[in-house]
Amino acid sequence: MTVAVNPSQTGEPVFYLADEHPHPEGWSTSLGFWIYLMSDCLIFAILFATFGVLGGNYAAGPAPKDLFDLDLVAVNTSMLLLSSITYGFAMLTMQQNKVAQTQVWLAITGLFGLAFIGIELTEFAHMIHEGATPQRSAFLSAFFTLVGTHGLHVSCGLIWLVTLMVQVGKFGLIEANRRRLMCLSMFWHFLDVVWIGVFTFVYLLGVLR
Amino acid sequence: MSPDLLKLIFGRLGFESLPLHEPIVVGTFVVVALGGAALLGGLTYFRLWGYLWREWFTTVDHKRIGIMYMILGIVMLLRGFADALMMRGQQMLAFGGSEGYLNAHHYDQVFTAHGVIMIFFVAMPLVTGLMNYVVPLQIGARDVSFPFLNNFSFWMTVGGAVLVMASLFIGEFARTGWLAYPPLSNIGYSPDVGVDYYIWALQVAGVGTTLSGINLICTIVKLRCPGMTMMKMPVFTWTSLCTNVLIVASFPVLTVVLALLSLDRYVGTNFFTNDFGGSPMMYVNLIWIWGHPEVYILVLPAFGIFSEVTSTFSGKRLFGYTSMVYATVVITILSYLVWLHHFFTMGSGASVNSFFGITTMIISIPTGAKMFNWLFTMYRGRIRYELPMMWTIAFMLTFVIGGMTGVLLAVPPADFVLHNSLFLIAHFHNVIIGGVVFGAFAGISYWFPKAFGFRLDPFWGKLSFWFWVTGFYLAFMPLYVLGLMGVTRRLRVFDDPSLQIWFIIAAIGAGLVLLGIMCMLMQFAVSFLRREQLKDVTGDPWDARTLEWATSSPPPDYNFAFTPVVHDNDAWWDMKRRGYQRPLTGFKPIHMPSSTGTGIILAGLATAMGFGLIWYMWWLAALSFIAMLAVGIGHTFNYHRDFDIPAEDVIRTEDARTKLLAGAK
Amino acid sequence: MSTNSHAAHAEDHHHEGGHAHGTFSSYMLGFVLSVVLTAIPFWLVMSGALPSKQVTALVIMAFAVVQIVVHMIYFLHMNATSENGWTMMALIFTIVMVVIALSGSLWVMSHLNTNMMPMHQMSGMK
Repeated sequence: MTVAVNPSQTGEPVFYLADEHPHPEGWSTSLGFWIYLMSDCLIFAILFATFGVLGGNYAAGPAPKDLFDLDLVAVNTSMLLLSSITYGFAMLTMQQNKVAQTQVWLAITGLFGLAFIGIELTEFAHMIHEGATPQRSAFLSAFFTLVGTHGLHVSCGLIWLVTLMVQVGKFGLIEANRRRLMCLSMFWHFLDVVWIGVFTFVYLLGVLR
Repeated sequence: MSPDLLKLIFGRLGFESLPLHEPIVVGTFVVVALGGAALLGGLTYFRLWGYLWREWFTTVDHKRIGIMYMILGIVMLLRGFADALMMRGQQMLAFGGSEGYLNAHHYDQVFTAHGVIMIFFVAMPLVTGLMNYVVPLQIGARDVSFPFLNNFSFWMTVGGAVLVMASLFIGEFARTGWLAYPPLSNIGYSPDVGVDYYIWALQVAGVGTTLSGINLICTIVKLRCPGMTMMKMPVFTWTSLCTNVLIVASFPVLTVVLALLSLDRYVGTNFFTNDFGGSPMMYVNLIWIWGHPEVYILVLPAFGIFSEVTSTFSGKRLFGYTSMVYATVVITILSYLVWLHHFFTMGSGASVNSFFGITTMIISIPTGAKMFNWLFTMYRGRIRYELPMMWTIAFMLTFVIGGMTGVLLAVPPADFVLHNSLFLIAHFHNVIIGGVVFGAFAGISYWFPKAFGFRLDPFWGKLSFWFWVTGFYLAFMPLYVLGLMGVTRRLRVFDDPSLQIWFIIAAIGAGLVLLGIMCMLMQFAVSFLRREQLKDVTGDPWDARTLEWATSSPPPDYNFAFTPVVHDNDAWWDMKRRGYQRPLTGFKPIHMPSSTGTGIILAGLATAMGFGLIWYMWWLAALSFIAMLAVGIGHTFNYHRDFDIPAEDVIRTEDARTKLLAGAK
Repeated sequence: MSTNSHAAHAEDHHHEGGHAHGTFSSYMLGFVLSVVLTAIPFWLVMSGALPSKQVTALVIMAFAVVQIVVHMIYFLHMNATSENGWTMMALIFTIVMVVIALSGSLWVMSHLNTNMMPMHQMSGMK
């Protein structure tokens, strides 16, 4: 293939590939998905900016100190971290072509993800019950939207995970499914990175404030 | 039926939502309905539905999608321009106690709709359409990276346009100005559906725009033909790359801002309210973080078009290719550092204003460099004054004026005087019409023969050109004067009779532009009728320089029978110069993506969901959302999305071209 | 933007152009590092070990940055060569944009609040 770019033996320039192979399927997928993640990253950046600007406007309502339970946040963070490493194991077993084990690790990842969502919803319910609703102040609006958007992403990831488990079960670890698992892996770890920002800037700095 | 049940089914929608009390809207509706019925009847009579569905609606061919984008842009241009005429008419008449012919309720919708439509549903589709059509051809690719996504993106843009058009007859559109600043756009001050139409139209279309941005970036990065290094890419491809980078980096911001506004409106959060710690100015800040890159999203591809046109019609290699590329990249980055110049008067203080004033002025440097590059390309060239070149020259003259008034506005103290005045209106129309619209027209007349196999009729084109250019100057130069005299934008009635003459001149200008648009439509019709005389059999009617001219006009489905290999910036020029012989044998089957109806179905469901949310028909919104999820997931179970064009078909197509080329000699 | 390094992508048609893969040890290393990098900030805030709030804030932000880098390397397998460097390029560009949008908004809005709401500091808004 390299030869085609350079002048051929006779010195005549080559202007087309007489013998070409089409790009393999999914040739652009991982780059495309990465660029999508970058655009998603900007979504979170703007939500962080909103939280940064409005996060101090309590409107005489509850402040982070009154609301946040750091023990719960720590447990929640560990759920997400554990789900990250189990997804990593799923990818490792996928590379070894072990369908059953991949499925098991995916299922465990999903359970951790579910636990994360469950804890987050409990926290939200608790806050709303105490009157700290999203309508109460700009701080709470920004808080619920930022953390909620992350949670929504994790939920989408869970739906995707289940879909992929069905597809892996049905069609095995074919090339297309491996590619999809790889994309979900990027998505999942990306959400983990966003969560680092959330627990640092929203929860820890909030309690410090 | 009980009112409760009615409310459950129809939400806020009732008979009183139909604007039957507005004679102008009713008249428009009758005309649109008759026209629509004629169109649909015609399609049914000639049995074109199946053809349209198979060959166009479900296609994943970037060329057809590009053409559909252009059609969308031109159709919406008619709507947006009708709004402009109404405004010019109103402002011309409403003097000396006269109220004009538009009431405030209607007039406010007209100027909002004009802005929204012109930016999102005219300029964006025209630009995206040209990029979609041309970029894969210029880089020697067979399609974009994600052909299905391309189809889906297009239909999402259409979905947004459908929602805006629906607002004309069902309910009303926003009365807030095209960026819907709160607190005016909050539920307290705009309780009706107008702002909701605005939000959901832009959200639906915005998803399409973002995805098409990702798609085109990937296409340019991953699918360039062998030999085409980054610094051998045609300039239009470069500007497209930068534009799409800007799209991906800025449209998410718009998505978030509108989402926060809708949370304020639907859930009662306090982001942009005046109470409970909300900050309306945060909305202004955020939306301009999207808004400023947006203007470069529009104008960069136009710069690319002018570069291609200038070098083709001067018969010379583009002067300063490298500096052109760097200027484009610098503009891309800088466009992200200037957003505050849209609200100097907000009160952030001298230090903030100076920073953004200076960055704004700096942008004129790379832009000026481009202007000199075009001039030096023309210098000592054999310039052919064909229609695309005429648009380019008109652009150079007009855009320089617009650019200079822009630098003027970038000076914060001057901006305090001119902010929100007609001077500003004149400035941005000067750069958007002079830059983007003229660019799109140059692009259309330049690539039309490529897309359809025949040239556009030059007589009607030139007529349209002169009407447009003189009309533009007559319509907008008076606004500079008025702005300097202190007239602010969006006014419906005026007290000072001495101003009227300027508005009359502006209205005459708008009338000339109308003639320009009509001549342009005439040009399409005449060109179609004279298509045999105007036929382009060579595939290279302009003696052009880049790869899209190496294939036939119109290009076959697979674009290139063999993937080209590139050795030079002006690849096709290089091939012609060095005696390239078109291959006549050795054709192989070609792997291509297959058509799918999923894109249009998903976009239709998204539009239905938007409609449900606008009218509080929660069942409709929920149902369409679930259906979207189901269709989307269902689509992922389809693993066979490609097919092979058999070698015989390729041979037949290529042999036909061989015959055509032989006939041309 | 890189100029002519990836001349003919036809060359790498046949091997994976996508992301790098991790190994068991790299995943475990990443996991252990991120557990440590998460635990310390939580402990710092919950115990109040450091005397000043400002110092604590700066330290936990530094930990967050380090942890993000760790995740990028060990979980997202970022490196300068995958996709011919385009993923890295996209990441750097995005970071620039994020920094501009975040710091710009905070800067602009804080100046606005100082200038336009002089009552802000003394009022009982908080």
